[in-house]
Amino acid sequence: MEALMTWLEAQLADNSIFTLQTLGYYGEGLVTTVQLVFLSLIIGLVMAVPLAIGRGSKHRWVSLPIFLYCYVFRGTPLLVQLYLIYYGVVFVDGIQETWLWVILEKPFVPALIAFTLNTAAYTTEIFRGAIKSTARGEIEAARAYGMSRGLMLRRIVLPSAFRRALPAYGNEVIFMLHASAIASVVTIMDLTGAARFVYARYYAPFDAFLFVAAIYLCLTFAILYLFRYLERRLLAHLKPASG
Amino acid sequence: MIDLHGYGPRLAEGALITIELALLSLVLAIVLGLLTASAKMSRSRVAHGIGTLYTTVIRGVPDLVLMMLMFFGGQIGINMVTDQLYERFGWDIFVNVNAFVAGVITIGLIFGAYMGETFRGAFLAVDSGQIEAGRAYGMNHWLVFRRIRFPQMMRHAIPGLSNNWMVLLKTTALVSVIGLTDMVRVAAEASKATREPFTFMIIVAAVYLLIATVSEWGFARLQKRYDVGYREAD
Repeated sequence: MEALMTWLEAQLADNSIFTLQTLGYYGEGLVTTVQLVFLSLIIGLVMAVPLAIGRGSKHRWVSLPIFLYCYVFRGTPLLVQLYLIYYGVVFVDGIQETWLWVILEKPFVPALIAFTLNTAAYTTEIFRGAIKSTARGEIEAARAYGMSRGLMLRRIVLPSAFRRALPAYGNEVIFMLHASAIASVVTIMDLTGAARFVYARYYAPFDAFLFVAAIYLCLTFAILYLFRYLERRLLAHLKPASG
Repeated sequence: MIDLHGYGPRLAEGALITIELALLSLVLAIVLGLLTASAKMSRSRVAHGIGTLYTTVIRGVPDLVLMMLMFFGGQIGINMVTDQLYERFGWDIFVNVNAFVAGVITIGLIFGAYMGETFRGAFLAVDSGQIEAGRAYGMNHWLVFRRIRFPQMMRHAIPGLSNNWMVLLKTTALVSVIGLTDMVRVAAEASKATREPFTFMIIVAAVYLLIATVSEWGFARLQKRYDVGYREAD
């Protein structure tokens, strides 16, 4: 490790912008971005499953609120949602006296809430489409076996719906990675935040932003290949048999 | 009634900027999209390579990063060019990159890549027999494009076009970050000044929803127009 650092330092000796210190900012930014994206995707995914099931409910008072939630969060810019939550939490009566304030004071949690609510809305729609396109025969077969609604969802509908949702969900993951750049607007030092800092300090927009663009491009490709691999594994049975 | 603390007119101006920005970028995106689609479908390997590079890179980088690169880097880049022009030829030109132009160019460039993919798929969906029939009538390349390929392509492109427009509309909110006073920026300023973020942000959200709903209706009508002759039997 020590040797690696000295090697890196020697490599960067002629470089006035990309010093070990600025690379450190980018590194920390990468960690923040990954944390933010990963956490919001996981929580959003957990929220989206029951929401997608409820969205298809026959009862209007279940499906209508979920429809409205999706409509509003998919129809407005993430930046507006972020501002609403970020500026909004401060004005909730008495919140500054509670223990919650300790976490909400920093921008990370409001950003996480905004991102989670946003991705949950998109993911709900993706899952709903996948659930809706379940083959009728499968459901009829499950009924004929005397499965209850819950058992049918768990064993028949959801497993195949998840698989069908995979390509669209991969796009959502990439979308979320790109959307997370907005976090830098509320002073979070994510990847874009680090780039903005380096830009402001050295007045070098090309170096600062092209470097971060390259990192995002690598992350995007990594996600793309991960999902391609998953699709190959999980959707193998849907491929035409090779002669 | 809702008290806007006198921010009403500025908010309306901001909404107008949002709409102007969105429409102008849409035009640029469609033009770039058509060019990209033809580049990617062309037999020339260079054109194909450029088209693929463009769509891959643009779609792999966040909008905000591209916007900052264009806005902060654009001025420096243009200054470098004008400096060179001054030194070499003695031309004294000063070009100021304003936020609106930078916004239109960036959003247009970003969505040109997405439109390119949409148009490419749609062009490929046009029956090749139609094109051959056009050629058999003695139409030249351009006439075949205008009378046969374009109208039939649009039928397949509208769902994707509508999708891209909705995303583009929401992306315009990002220009508030590079200093353009669109309605999001006005609302953010008003929220801080009046300490009433809910009022302003909810109004802005409602305007976005309204624009989205109206355009959804518009696209449905457009689809109907291009679907003439293809209506399915009831």
